[in-house]
Amino acid sequence: MLTGYGAILFYFILVVAFAIFALGLSHFVGKRTSSREKLMPYECGVDPVGTARVKFSVKFYLIAMLFIVFDIESVFLYAFATVFKELGMLGLIEIGIFIAVLVVGLAYAWGKGALEWE
Amino acid sequence: MITAILPEIALTVAALLILMVDIWLKKKVIIGYLALVGIAATLVLVLQSLAVEGYSFSQMIVNDNFGFFFQVLFLVAAFITVLLSMHYFRDNTQILGEYYSLLLFAVLGMIFMVKATDLVMVFIGIETLSLSVYILSGCLREDRRSGEAALKYILLGAFSTAFLLFGIALIFGVTGTTNLNAVAAAIAGKNILLDPMLLLAMVMLLVGIGFKISLVPFHMWTPDVYEGAPTPVTAFMSVGVKAAALAVFLRVFLMALPLLNPTWRHLLVGISVLTMTVGNIIAISQDNIKRMLAYSSIAHAGYLLIGMIAGGETGISSMLYYLVVYTFMNLGAFAVVIAFGNKGEDNLAISDYAGLGSRFPALAFVMTLFMLSLAGIPPLSGFMGKFYIFSAAVKEGYIGLAVIGVINSLISVYYYLRVTVMMYMKKPEREIIVAPVQPGLLLTLVITAFLTLQIGLFPSFYLELARASLF
Repeated sequence: MLTGYGAILFYFILVVAFAIFALGLSHFVGKRTSSREKLMPYECGVDPVGTARVKFSVKFYLIAMLFIVFDIESVFLYAFATVFKELGMLGLIEIGIFIAVLVVGLAYAWGKGALEWE
Repeated sequence: MITAILPEIALTVAALLILMVDIWLKKKVIIGYLALVGIAATLVLVLQSLAVEGYSFSQMIVNDNFGFFFQVLFLVAAFITVLLSMHYFRDNTQILGEYYSLLLFAVLGMIFMVKATDLVMVFIGIETLSLSVYILSGCLREDRRSGEAALKYILLGAFSTAFLLFGIALIFGVTGTTNLNAVAAAIAGKNILLDPMLLLAMVMLLVGIGFKISLVPFHMWTPDVYEGAPTPVTAFMSVGVKAAALAVFLRVFLMALPLLNPTWRHLLVGISVLTMTVGNIIAISQDNIKRMLAYSSIAHAGYLLIGMIAGGETGISSMLYYLVVYTFMNLGAFAVVIAFGNKGEDNLAISDYAGLGSRFPALAFVMTLFMLSLAGIPPLSGFMGKFYIFSAAVKEGYIGLAVIGVINSLISVYYYLRVTVMMYMKKPEREIIVAPVQPGLLLTLVITAFLTLQIGLFPSFYLELARASLF
């Protein structure tokens, strides 16, 4: 029953082995310097350890929501692109309607001032 | 092919148009009329959609009399809700664009729900409806209770959606399909009636849909959300969302799980008794009119279930008939609450209704009409609705259930009549200010009061309609 998954198991082992090999190689061969910045989890960006009760501007959420809409649009367009030729003209019209609906949403958000930071 | 979803397209275009008009237009009052036009146009297209009966979109949706009946009911309820909203939001016009477009999107979800013959389509319809209504219930941004209502609704709603989705997944796991007809065929063909996975799937679907109908014990959110949401939204939820969820309930359980009928019928008997009794008994102790109507709507869901339990042509058609009756009398009752609500959410305590009879005789008269109808006093339509449901139950041998229903109906007389007694026999405790009734609200009151009388006095047309709408 599980024989079909043998390739995946092999791939798992390969991944782990390669990770160990690459990390080990840089551990033994690589040259190490340490400074304060070097030892932080991220050399640039927010320190991940600290209080969780930091205030964020609510506008971040608004932008994030708008981002998700267009993120999903682009993901959907990838799927559409793979069958573009088969769908033909009807597909193009349908995807046009899909984008038009999203554009109405963007126009509404824009008109309501959701894109302004102040 | 595209003719099968013309009403939905019209509704979507209307909702998007409202969003666009909202940006360019300074005079927001016009948006309400635009929503009315959109709903009316959709209604015309629904009436024409009967010509394209049958399945379409790879058997995802169907155009049949059952869906037709519910679509007309939804659109009429939405039309009345817009009329109510015009009065309610007369001073708060900034949010109208979002409000009306979300309302239309909610109706869009409801239409997809009744037309769906595939569990995935059912799910999309329910989500379109739910997400719109979550936002609608929280649209009074200044009001803390409105925010609380939206938060409670979305958290519990998301929880119930998980149940629904899990049920759908299990159905797919057992039968290998999500098409309602194919599910029924697979259950019949595979002899898996006692498969625990199938039973679990059925119970999960029951929980997910029962939440939307607010059946006990999945009713906890109802009073809080109904109280906190703006009153027109509450009115819409109590008739529209409930009717849509009942339609899905009938469609899924009668179409996909007819062979499990004995099993879910037993479950529903218990749930129905619980729903009626808990709704009515807790309603007695409510002081807030919206909370009282919330518990009353829970109790009415219990009565409606009796029709489904009785089943067959008489059972289901009496249920559909009662749904029409309930829609108009409940919308009417909420219309009075809105008329009496001055600036939105004022005067909501039942004691505030004291003295209404002498100060606003017409308003008090129609409120009495709706209360008596909800209680089921002849010759009003509420009585006829209950009469048909209980007689269907007796005919199918559910005499005990009918007796419990009648006893519950008697309990409900107490709290409905309390409002009437307040209005006519008590002196007002404080000065109550009531804003003048606007034409849209007046029209609503006249229509709902007329229909509450007319459907009860001349039930045959509506009964025929209900009988013709079975599938």
